[in-house]
Amino acid sequence: MGYTAELLELIKRVEKTRPERVARKKAGQEFTALTLEQRADRLKKYHPDYREGGLRELKIGPSKGYALAREIADLFEARSRVDPDKIDLNEVHYETDVLVIGGGGAGTAAALMAQEQGARVIIATKLRHGDANTMMAEGGIQAATKGWKDSPYYHYLDVMGGGHFENDPELVRTMVLEAPKVIAWLERLGCMLNKWPDGKLFTLHGAGTCRKRMHYAGDLTGAEIMRTLRDEARNRIKDIGVLEFSPAVELLLDDKGRCSGAVLYNLETEEYFLVKAKAVVMATGGCGRLHIQNFMTTNHYGATGDGLVMGYRLGVGVRFLHATQYHPTGAVFPEQAEGLLITEKVRGAGANLVNIDGEQFVFEREPRDIESASIIRECTTVGKGIPVPGQPGKFGVWLDSPMIDLLEGEGTVEREFPAKFILFKRYEIDISKMPMLVYPTLHYQNGGLAYKPDGSTAVPGFFVAGEVGGGVHGANRLMGNSLLDITVFGRLAGETAGRYVKDRADVGALSVEHVRKYHKELEEAGIETDRVSPMILPDYANPLVRKRQWTTTYVGTIR
Amino acid sequence: MATAEPLQSAAEQAPALDLTERTDLVPIFIMGKKYDVPSTLTIQKALEYAGYQLIRGCGCRGGICGACATVYRMPGSPKIHVGLACQTLVQPNMYLTMVPFFPANRAVYNIEEMKPDTHALLKVYPELTKCMGCNTCTKSCPMELDVMEYISAALRGDLERTAELSMSCVMCGICASRCPAELGQYHIAILCRRLTARHLRPKAAHVAEMVERVESGRYEEPLRQLMTADLDTLRKLYVEREMEPHTADEMWQPQETRFL
Repeated sequence: MGYTAELLELIKRVEKTRPERVARKKAGQEFTALTLEQRADRLKKYHPDYREGGLRELKIGPSKGYALAREIADLFEARSRVDPDKIDLNEVHYETDVLVIGGGGAGTAAALMAQEQGARVIIATKLRHGDANTMMAEGGIQAATKGWKDSPYYHYLDVMGGGHFENDPELVRTMVLEAPKVIAWLERLGCMLNKWPDGKLFTLHGAGTCRKRMHYAGDLTGAEIMRTLRDEARNRIKDIGVLEFSPAVELLLDDKGRCSGAVLYNLETEEYFLVKAKAVVMATGGCGRLHIQNFMTTNHYGATGDGLVMGYRLGVGVRFLHATQYHPTGAVFPEQAEGLLITEKVRGAGANLVNIDGEQFVFEREPRDIESASIIRECTTVGKGIPVPGQPGKFGVWLDSPMIDLLEGEGTVEREFPAKFILFKRYEIDISKMPMLVYPTLHYQNGGLAYKPDGSTAVPGFFVAGEVGGGVHGANRLMGNSLLDITVFGRLAGETAGRYVKDRADVGALSVEHVRKYHKELEEAGIETDRVSPMILPDYANPLVRKRQWTTTYVGTIR
Repeated sequence: MATAEPLQSAAEQAPALDLTERTDLVPIFIMGKKYDVPSTLTIQKALEYAGYQLIRGCGCRGGICGACATVYRMPGSPKIHVGLACQTLVQPNMYLTMVPFFPANRAVYNIEEMKPDTHALLKVYPELTKCMGCNTCTKSCPMELDVMEYISAALRGDLERTAELSMSCVMCGICASRCPAELGQYHIAILCRRLTARHLRPKAAHVAEMVERVESGRYEEPLRQLMTADLDTLRKLYVEREMEPHTADEMWQPQETRFL
């Protein structure tokens, strides 16, 4: 395997310009960054969010009239998976204080903090505990921890600039102030972040940062955080129960309008069942598997935006959901690595993005949306993309990783990016010697359900944490702020929920009246559809096989 | 596939279902049953091509979550191969099955109170001593980790070495499924990593200092100024903020120190 002869020939052009680019970098001369005006222009012309027909206005619900990605609007304008009249509200299978929906980083952090408030917790998750985008986050976690050069003040400025100054200031304030506490918490839990022998943590730049504040654990930062939080939750098994392969499909209210649990679905036995709870924390993450505008995605298999749908039906509005993040550097070669994330830290460590002629065309530390728009521009109107072998019409650009060893010393790539190094080695590509072929890939849901800094929402008893919520990142999140988001707001939502249940004496009669109401709204808006949501899992089965699944009605023992 | 309009490269297309007219099919045996699948697919995509809707055995689809542990054998050889289904290409005539779950033993412990030594480790995982050094774990690790070496390091009390050697572990569980001594290697590894990070490595003093500064309320006023600033002021502050140079050394200090 490895690179084709054509690509090897093209790589020579990259190698030719490399010594000069490395020399410039060493001399502190960077490619000129775009001005704020140029940024705005580039986004408008080349970012997928601005494409004709990409967004459409919602016809119903709390954010009626708001335009967002068609794929998400389709899920919102759909019927429940369950007939509300069929649900037996008297048959409750589990009772708990706090129900956390989602077993990723935000959900697990929330569970731990709720438990510390004395609450009994159930985590309900679609796949296994920890199968989540948190596990896949590579680059790092931002926090201003080095007082001699950085502070939450600068972190705040960076976050706002990255989000085009539209972010919710209260949420940003909370995030940057809580950030150092989160790093201390992770250290206490035994999370192996990279350290100097004196205990000082390694930090790097990310795109859009003015100080090096990206803490990391090799290129497995999210995995290390996820495994640590999950391991700790497993130590608290007496108070924290986990229901795997049991996604929530609908929320429950009580007769006083307080969120009081959820309807879960057992993916294996195909039955629905109820969890009654005094508080619910929604932490289902993002929606990359909706393949917005048909983009490939870095997201995990279960990222289908279920929590957005449930929260929206419950009456919680959404914001910044019109903005989708395309990560600039997804692998496009070899085919089996397609869509795979190449962490931004590779650029943070000094690797340039170059075109077919080995020329730099963008500063490698622009915010993600600018970077992606610039790559799309280079591959389309400029016409200097590199053709992807065997896939006519597909182009990518080079991410020149070998620069890192030249800048930081031999062995740096292998040491700092062990996961990617091993992965590409399997494809017989040594990324410390050869560049990677990349193109933007659907990565992150910038917006989501509206929530306050303590995780609370418009509905009492209903809390939100992590990617499913919107506001803190504005229209564009910076690298290293998602692991921070999920830990900061996971902890806060868990704590708030844990305190809330202490004051809540009882759960009244359970109800799914909001689902009936939502169905009625659909009808009144003239939306006739057989769509049901949440989606739960994407359908990747072979369409030819689907065509031969001739069973007309699913009635017997076997489909 | 031709480019439809100038701003949309075909590279954006999701690598989904355009598999209907493939001619490069090879036979594979999924749990003993033969299916013809395109030769360029990973085992995971081959399962989907065959018509499976995956529920178990599929997570990140990117080689890090460990959900899709798979074992296979080639005809004419007794050797058992291993791999992650999302990372391993199909091979003609392979016999495969996924191992989406394996019931390995996991202890419950208190990380704060536990001592970082062999004695404490053996108390929660006494089966460690049963390791007979057969090296099957190392041979069956899809991440190519030296599993047996990190287990022996744990036995020697060198927890830091275990931590370092196991850092890339995806906890897929294949080692445990093959271990004649019935160890849950990956659970032992994460305990060693947590003990190392919690007790053996020095604390980051700068983090504790910053937490104190935050709690003292030092940043309330500077942040309030930013939160109430008009857009032009904020943009100006953003554009003019001092950048730490890429090549700056760890102890670099900015000119402006009022907001530190």
